[in-house]
Amino acid sequence: MPTAQGGTLYRGREGMWSWVAHRVTGFAIFFFLLVHVTDTALVRVSPEAYNAVIGTYQTPIMGLGEVGLVAAIVFHAFNGIRIMLVDFLANGPRYQRVMLWIVLGLFVVTMAGFLPRHLMNVFGGH
Amino acid sequence: MTSATHGTPAVAEQVGTLDAPRSPYMRKKTTRGNYELYSWVFMRASGVVLVVLVFGHLFVNLMVGEGVKAIDFAFVGGKWSSPFWQIWDLLMLWLAMIHGTNGLRTIINDYAERDVTRGVLKGLLYLAFTIVVVLGTLVIFTFEPCPVGADPELLASFCTA
Ligand code: HEM
Ligand code: HEM
Repeated sequence: MPTAQGGTLYRGREGMWSWVAHRVTGFAIFFFLLVHVTDTALVRVSPEAYNAVIGTYQTPIMGLGEVGLVAAIVFHAFNGIRIMLVDFLANGPRYQRVMLWIVLGLFVVTMAGFLPRHLMNVFGGH
Repeated sequence: MTSATHGTPAVAEQVGTLDAPRSPYMRKKTTRGNYELYSWVFMRASGVVLVVLVFGHLFVNLMVGEGVKAIDFAFVGGKWSSPFWQIWDLLMLWLAMIHGTNGLRTIINDYAERDVTRGVLKGLLYLAFTIVVVLGTLVIFTFEPCPVGADPELLASFCTA
């Protein structure tokens, strides 16, 4: 565990929470990917085996799980770009907080584009 | 005086006060090279490429047509009969796995304080990395969109055409 004494400006503020969220989402996506490559490998077993497993991805509960996964990826990706801009722009660190709000704004817009369509695919009566 | 003291490389190294010209910058002298710097650069470079690869993957598989409802063996058959999507998925597999494994290495270094714990966790991590990358690569290259004897109903339309 990081063992610095409390009371820095950074601790507990937006900078720290965006770091926590970046770490948690990266961790979660990694474990999804391990499972995902394994279930995709069933295409080498038989069409029936693959269809049976991918069928579970189309249930309402998994449909909500996919919402969570996409949300994690979208945040991690946009915030990852923010981290790069903080590192590489001359004034990057000064604008880290503004850029976090831009990240959250883009996150909301992207999810607003994705959610209706995905929820209709999962819950709509096809 | 023996001739060996006259500024031979061996002696210069022992005295060790000056770096050789143009040797890479190191914050702290270690014998490990610039590994952490390269990994820092890799996280950023791979991140930029992954944005395109992963967003493209999610768009085609979740947003186009009926999205996740349209995915089945025939769908994969259609995609992986084209080298474009084979290369796309291969790049995505390797970059995401190296990026994610390197990220998890950082997380393990941060939280696992005991040497043994850290060693075991990293061993498991590299084992998982190897299995998944080898498996995923083999699957892309050995995939057969029209397996003989399979129910034609389950295959892409070009199999029966
Ligand atoms: C719910 C969301 C997702 C769905 C429905 C999905 C679906 C699929 C499907 C159908 C395939 C088969 C080939 C293809 O279509 O290209 C595939 C392969 C693949 N996906 Fe996804 N995917 C999702 C999310 C992700 C994410 C977030 C990542 C990256 C972190 C990812 C990485 C991969 C990789 C690397 C392969 C190739 C696997 C192999 O080499 O065997 N997928 N995915
Ligand atoms: C979609 C595009 C992505 C971008 C732009 C991106 C960007 C980044 C960046 C800039 C870092 C920070 C590295 C540092 O602080 O030195 C990072 C860390 C990380 N990423 Fe990604 N990444 C992406 C996708 C992924 C994927 C697909 C995974 C999982 C397979 C992943 C897992 C991680 C992990 C585990 C960390 C370490 C977090 C930490 O140290 O706190 N990322 N990413």
